[in-house]
Amino acid sequence: MNEPPTTRPAVQGTVRPDDVRSVFDAVSKGEAFETCVHPEVAEEDAVLEVSDFDLWYGEKRALYQIGMRVPVGKVTALIGPSGCGKSTLLRCVNRMNDLIDSVRIEGDMRLSGDGIYGPKVDVIELRKRIGMVFQKPNPFPMSIFENVIYSLRIDGERNRTVLDEVCERSLRGAGLWDEVKDRLQDSALALSGGQQQRLCIARAIAAEPEVLLLDEPCSALDPIATGRIEDLIEELKGAYSILMVTHNMQQASRASDYTAFMYLGRMIEFGPTESIFLRPELQETEDYVTGRFG
Amino acid sequence: MVWLTGGSLALGLLMVFGLFGLVAIRGFSTFWPSEVVRFTTESGEVVLGQVRGSEERLLTEDQLQQLEDQKGAETVAAVRANGDRTERRRVRSVNLFDTDKNTTAWFDDFELEGSTAGLDGAWERAIERPEWALTVERYAEGRYFGELVGFRSGDTVEEDLDAAWAAFEASRARVDEARADWKYIVGVRIGRDLSAATKDAELSARKVALNEGEGSVEHLAAVARAEELGDENALLTKELQAEANTIEQGARDAALLVRNARGEVDEIEVWDVVRAIPANRIGTLGALGVYVDRWLEFLIDDPRKANMEGGVFPAIFGTVLLTLLMCFVVVPFGVLAALYLREYAKQGLIVSIVRVAVNNLAGVPSIVFGVFGLGFFCYFVGGELIDPLFFPHYGNEPVYGGGGIMWASLTLALLTLPVVIVATEEALAAVPSSMREGSYACGATKWQTIRRIVLPRAMPGIMTGMILAIARGAGEVAPLMLVGAMKVAQSLPLDAQGLHPERKFMHLGFHIYDLGFQSPDSEAAIPMVYTTTLLLILIVVALNLTGVWVRSRLRQRYAAAGA
Repeated sequence: MNEPPTTRPAVQGTVRPDDVRSVFDAVSKGEAFETCVHPEVAEEDAVLEVSDFDLWYGEKRALYQIGMRVPVGKVTALIGPSGCGKSTLLRCVNRMNDLIDSVRIEGDMRLSGDGIYGPKVDVIELRKRIGMVFQKPNPFPMSIFENVIYSLRIDGERNRTVLDEVCERSLRGAGLWDEVKDRLQDSALALSGGQQQRLCIARAIAAEPEVLLLDEPCSALDPIATGRIEDLIEELKGAYSILMVTHNMQQASRASDYTAFMYLGRMIEFGPTESIFLRPELQETEDYVTGRFG
Repeated sequence: MVWLTGGSLALGLLMVFGLFGLVAIRGFSTFWPSEVVRFTTESGEVVLGQVRGSEERLLTEDQLQQLEDQKGAETVAAVRANGDRTERRRVRSVNLFDTDKNTTAWFDDFELEGSTAGLDGAWERAIERPEWALTVERYAEGRYFGELVGFRSGDTVEEDLDAAWAAFEASRARVDEARADWKYIVGVRIGRDLSAATKDAELSARKVALNEGEGSVEHLAAVARAEELGDENALLTKELQAEANTIEQGARDAALLVRNARGEVDEIEVWDVVRAIPANRIGTLGALGVYVDRWLEFLIDDPRKANMEGGVFPAIFGTVLLTLLMCFVVVPFGVLAALYLREYAKQGLIVSIVRVAVNNLAGVPSIVFGVFGLGFFCYFVGGELIDPLFFPHYGNEPVYGGGGIMWASLTLALLTLPVVIVATEEALAAVPSSMREGSYACGATKWQTIRRIVLPRAMPGIMTGMILAIARGAGEVAPLMLVGAMKVAQSLPLDAQGLHPERKFMHLGFHIYDLGFQSPDSEAAIPMVYTTTLLLILIVVALNLTGVWVRSRLRQRYAAAGA
């Protein structure tokens, strides 16, 4: 974001001069506006569909009429300034916001066509279909092995062969197997920060989730560990559908296929990453991705 | 400021270590067999005994005046010549009075024979250390100090002292064996097995009466059976008693001949002797042997003579068992309560009030818990609910309706509950929310998250609560006096038949109180008070260290660096 894009967007002309900042004007006045969705998004199959989604923390409204489709097998990045509702939106997908008493939501969210909200939804079953990795590595106070197979343990899986298999597959998937294969019974808390985060990714993919949520997965890591996680995201693409929140513009441009720009609880623009960074439809998006604001 | 804070800490440490040092020094020195001395007082009384401590004192003018009235000018002159100072010694001797009450007394230097020649060195001039002075510990009558003059075996008397001592030691083994047989017959066969069998039969007869009706066929049959068994047992008791008497008679044929301070020769049968020590002859190594022997006796034997002699094993056992039972109750109970408060209850005014109330509970005087335990557990739950339901055939005799180790441990559990709840709540609050979220995100339920993530992570903190509870509970005495601690308990609350939660028990804390303040000869019991205190402190420390060790193991496992 601090670094200017190598090429200036060649699409300056597509933004009508009288539209400049009109979206932000509408947002600040509280007026309704249409999210600018690029046509490529509609061509993809969606694993997660969000429509007209609103959220309140008590009296304070945090999300406004969010609508988006997260494509299957692709990496989708959520960007935007702090407090714009990226993480809130992400945590709505696996209903982590249920843990906060004051939260109230309206609207619809569907995972592979099944409603996420609704009186009949079994939250526990739902969360098993969704993997999540948090900002700070949060390994559990148990061995590396037990960490990885946690979701199987709570389902009561006891077959040692199955557990061993899942553990190895997940750790390989998270690029951690070679580093820890000889000390699976050691405490996970003794690993380094980067290793812990990859362990958390291994834990998240152990249950073969339909969608993987990454909430700023690199913000607590050093550059080298960050690089490894980004490589890992690249490798996981295809096998998993990933929705990721990031503050790091370069990371979004490097690692993701699609990018959504959010501002003040609204989704402003959503499209292929290349378009968003190089040829955004809106002046506001361009200002943000080039670091002129935000 | 640094001086103020540092000084406060230093003062605190000084008091703690001072107290512990005093207890340790006095406690460890109790069992050392010190020399036996003989001296004559000015009034002509001969004293034979052990010095148990000394102090120097400065006499005031008034006291000197008084002394002159009592003892005459010469004595006072001697004291004045010594700068108004006199040293006095506490001497334990059985010959001061004919009864063995108050066997310990103070002797000032000016009371000694020949002290008018000058107080300086009066003690050394007055005393002699008879070579064959014996300290005799007896089963029934406590200590005896005397000089060995011979040994009688049957009708023959050995007067050569070395040979007499050898004969005494030779007869010890035989008499000890006989005494062990006798004790088994009287204590276990008669005192426990037979009387228990007789009582069981009577109780089951009463039970039948309650179930089938008074005077029914079954009742009469049961009564007949009980009577028959009672008669059989009475006969058996008589036979066993006769056998025991034969053993006792056979072993009562040997005796030590000892001259007491007044010059009379007493006969002390070997049967009555626990231990005889020629204190002035044994030397350091011998004294060490006696010291170790006495410590072993103290740790593994039953008490004798109003608890002033012998061991405290039942009290150690009671203390440890009580504390463990308390832990088994208070830790699960406290952890569950804290879990509800912290994890399930909606945080708000009511929960805050509950929390304050729990904290205040920790400030309630412990005797109040004792009264509550007596009223609620013993009288209500035990006396009104359990006894009429399960033990109606005991009649008016309380089973659970009186004090017992179960009620005592429940009372202590109540007393220490706030400590556990507060510590557990803090430990639960310290579990990072990111861990809980991670668990929920994996599809875990609330209970799975608590059981697999929160509780293991909070375990070291919970252990801290348990350690604090032990520290508070193990040293508590006041409530125990009401709910089941006994001066002398006939049987242990845990034996080969299992746990007897209704039984009364002995407790080291209560033992200290009893020795120091309720004993017929509290002066003589003071050293035992120190030793028992030392032991109680050591046991509490040992229990705590076990907890600390377990906690550090858990810390390594669940909360390593970086988390």
